[in-house]
Amino acid sequence: MKNKFLITSLLSTVAVVGLLSFTTPGKKHITTHAATPASLKLPAGFKADVIAENLGTTRHIATTPQGDIYVKSNFNARRNKDAKGITVLHDNGDGTTTVKSKFGDFSGTGVYIKSGYLYASSDEEVFRYKLNDKNEVIDPTKPERIVTGLISRHEHEAKAILLDNAGNLYVNIGAYSNSCQEKDRQKGSMGQKGCPILDSAAGIWQFKADKPDQHYKDGVRYATGLRNVVGMDWNTELNQLFVMQHGRDQLHDIFPDMFTVQQSALLPAECLYAIKKGDNAGWPYIYYDQQQHKKILAPEYGGDGKKTGGENAIDPAVAFPGHLAPNGLLFYTGNQFPAKYKNGAFIAFHGSWNRAPEPQAGYFVVFQPFKDGKPFGDWEVFADNFAGSPENVASGHAEHRPCGLAQAADGSIYVTDDSKGFIYKITYKK
Amino acid sequence: MTVYFRSLLLMAFCFLTINSYAQKHKKIAAKKPAASLSASVAAGQKVYMQYCVSCHQVDGGGVQHMNPPLIKTTYVLGDKSKIIKIVLHGFSEDVDINGDSYSNTMPSFDMLKDQEIADVLTYVRNSFTNKASAVKVSEVTALRGKK
Ligand code: HEC
Repeated sequence: MKNKFLITSLLSTVAVVGLLSFTTPGKKHITTHAATPASLKLPAGFKADVIAENLGTTRHIATTPQGDIYVKSNFNARRNKDAKGITVLHDNGDGTTTVKSKFGDFSGTGVYIKSGYLYASSDEEVFRYKLNDKNEVIDPTKPERIVTGLISRHEHEAKAILLDNAGNLYVNIGAYSNSCQEKDRQKGSMGQKGCPILDSAAGIWQFKADKPDQHYKDGVRYATGLRNVVGMDWNTELNQLFVMQHGRDQLHDIFPDMFTVQQSALLPAECLYAIKKGDNAGWPYIYYDQQQHKKILAPEYGGDGKKTGGENAIDPAVAFPGHLAPNGLLFYTGNQFPAKYKNGAFIAFHGSWNRAPEPQAGYFVVFQPFKDGKPFGDWEVFADNFAGSPENVASGHAEHRPCGLAQAADGSIYVTDDSKGFIYKITYKK
Repeated sequence: MTVYFRSLLLMAFCFLTINSYAQKHKKIAAKKPAASLSASVAAGQKVYMQYCVSCHQVDGGGVQHMNPPLIKTTYVLGDKSKIIKIVLHGFSEDVDINGDSYSNTMPSFDMLKDQEIADVLTYVRNSFTNKASAVKVSEVTALRGKK
């Protein structure tokens, strides 16, 4: 009796399982997603769609003229042994997006396409994959390792990457420190003399795009004094590197007698820098105060919030409010958007945390107009409400957090969200 | 009219005084451990708002991928000596905290007094929906100076 029941239930289970696998023939991970309208706030004439969802911690993004999209993801390798770091999407152009494949067993942030190769970074290395004439990866199992041994010490470890038109690869190496104190982030701890972190981090390193297994000694420290850069782009109009620095944290926590909680929430600026080879942006000795419009000596190095410093340090091209966390930078070169957007900069601000207990801010994409290669006029919030509500912004409980930016073949832009793995497409309808 | 109003006010005043007197009385009458727990939680909240809030946030929710939450984590609810050491020595290791890893550096707070560390951890263990025993000053004192 008991046995009979067991057998029948077993049999029916087998039947159901069989049916399921039958109805999903050749069950690869090809899935197609119909775009759904996104609840973003945009200027008149623009619309935003969610073209993919739940892809994980999606960071930077690169596109091909054929409509493929390569998305780089972070994941916890201890917990997800089978996770893949690169997701390939195809924008079908009819409002649907197909997840074509996933590959690459390394977590990380950077992805970039140049001269027939897909470059992608982990937090210590940079790899590249050869592409065919349709810009598809030929062998996803055999990347070539281009750079190895980069410092990653549990703070600012994301390695953003890009390439120029002269065969060079640029890698951001963030400082494994907030302000180069003797004791990182400790109240009252002073700055290390001749900050040793600058030798191997807190700057942009330049490597050869095609030479395998390069180490620090094979590269050039292209720019220094940059605390942490995640968003960077090559400005093709000027043939020049631009980067967005994450400014220092915790002025009040570390020097409560010099800075109020409110000052600490707004200062220092998040800076856009136009970079020339050899430039120094001044970290950790100075920070940029967007209210005084000055380079201010860091309190760790004898500053008091007023004394200026950094005579040899470059000035920012644009200074944004503090702690907004710029994770994506894109110079717009498309023809779809109205003329004012041409050659201007979009910046994805991941959103603040270091303003607590003051209200948090950010979680939006900003537009900074440019004219003749120079910032022209004030920046404006372009895409807002990734957080879901003003209350979510203030509390920091954002539903989505913009991170990477890329321009689509048709001149739309894509925005990644590294909180829930949504990919947004923003288009302009004439 | 005014007489009516005045007597109403007087009544309200009497009610409030009696009520608050009764409450005060209740507090004094309460068992001693509960009273010292609430005092420690109140003192701990002040320490938290001064030293911990910028990273772990007002609601203890932390910051995704950067600063871990202090809500029902195995650390917060677990072995007290572990979290005492975290506050004394700081914490920056590649570990999972309730399934996620976090990339930032927590500094040492060894400049805080033993009492302040006991209070802030008692506050954390009894806030943000956590419920766990108080951290005693003697437990902090015993671990200070030990690695
Ligand atoms: C600068 C940011 C920062 C500050 C300030 C800070 N913490 Fe942390 N805290 C962290 C980070 C980051 C970790 C996790 C480190 C790791 O993963 O190695 C952590 C871990 C912890 C943990 C164990 C993990 C967990 O989430 O349960 C506790 C408990 C804790 N902190 C309590 C405190 C207390 C109490 C204070 C104030 C006295 C404080 N922290 C101040 C950043 C901070």
